[in-house]
Amino acid sequence: MTEARYDRAPGDRPSREMQAAAPSPVLVYTTGLFLAVLLTAISFWAANTSLLWPGGVALGLAVLAIAQMGVHLVFFLHITTGPESTNNVLALAFGVLIVFVVVVGSMWIIADLNQNMLMPSAEPMNLQMQH
Amino acid sequence: MNISVAIDGVPQEALPSASEAGPASKRIVVAYGFWIFLLSDFVMFAALFASYAVLVHATAGGPTGAQLFNQVTVAIETACLLVSSYTCGLMSLAINSRRYLRTYLAALITFVLGAAFVTLELREFASMIAIGATPERSAFLSAFFTLVGCHGLHVTLGLIWLVVMMVQLAVMGFDATVQRRLLCFSLFWHALDIVWVALFTVVYLMGVSP
Repeated sequence: MTEARYDRAPGDRPSREMQAAAPSPVLVYTTGLFLAVLLTAISFWAANTSLLWPGGVALGLAVLAIAQMGVHLVFFLHITTGPESTNNVLALAFGVLIVFVVVVGSMWIIADLNQNMLMPSAEPMNLQMQH
Repeated sequence: MNISVAIDGVPQEALPSASEAGPASKRIVVAYGFWIFLLSDFVMFAALFASYAVLVHATAGGPTGAQLFNQVTVAIETACLLVSSYTCGLMSLAINSRRYLRTYLAALITFVLGAAFVTLELREFASMIAIGATPERSAFLSAFFTLVGCHGLHVTLGLIWLVVMMVQLAVMGFDATVQRRLLCFSLFWHALDIVWVALFTVVYLMGVSP
């Protein structure tokens, strides 16, 4: 285990001592571009094809988008799991948590409200029992 | 990369561990601060995404996404932004090796692709407004213009920032200050591409998929 001597700025590539066997930086960016183009192409195909079960397309698109964001973070922003990048990853994890809470929380609450609005108002007590 | 070059010149045994090394270099502190800003920007976009997701079906009898969105335009926009993110990465490599010509060339390609993206988006907005799909038509369209327009505004500001940085580079050369600002710019540009990935998936592809 090599000890972390300095933090790394987000967006900077790993220092030379750690990437002795690493590929050239141009190759890293090109690999990222290739993977991103591939994932984008699959997304556009999946949205337009009739071969897939329509109910699963939205979930598949979400998975592809998250995968592509990961590709961008790793290959373009050089976020790694190395010890010198810990602060960057922790900040990112907190940001992702807040994003998740805001998006999923809003959708959950509003969908729940919509459902309650659509319920027949004759049985308000049953409504409470279901939750 | 400045710091790593400096580290490489010194034998490793002479270096103290992170806790004893003292304050981090200004490049690391500045880039980390900008990283925090970008994450807060993501949180702001998350709020806009949440409002869009909530209001996407509130069309008030007006046009829906499936009737308005043109996937060919979106595909070209996506390609422009993705390739400009790649050339922005190549630009930061040229900056690290202090090559003026390559930096200017990569910045020029990045700028042209970004400007093409903004132009296509403005044309799309104009064609939507021309058929009556204005932001005040329905809650869906209000949320759409806010979300996509906010991203477009970010890209426009990024383009202005890039021009300013190229002027600073021409005047000041590869100064440490200029290099820090260029690092922040490349972070900003890559982050905008990440937001666009979420945007074209949620707004355009999920909006038209059967």
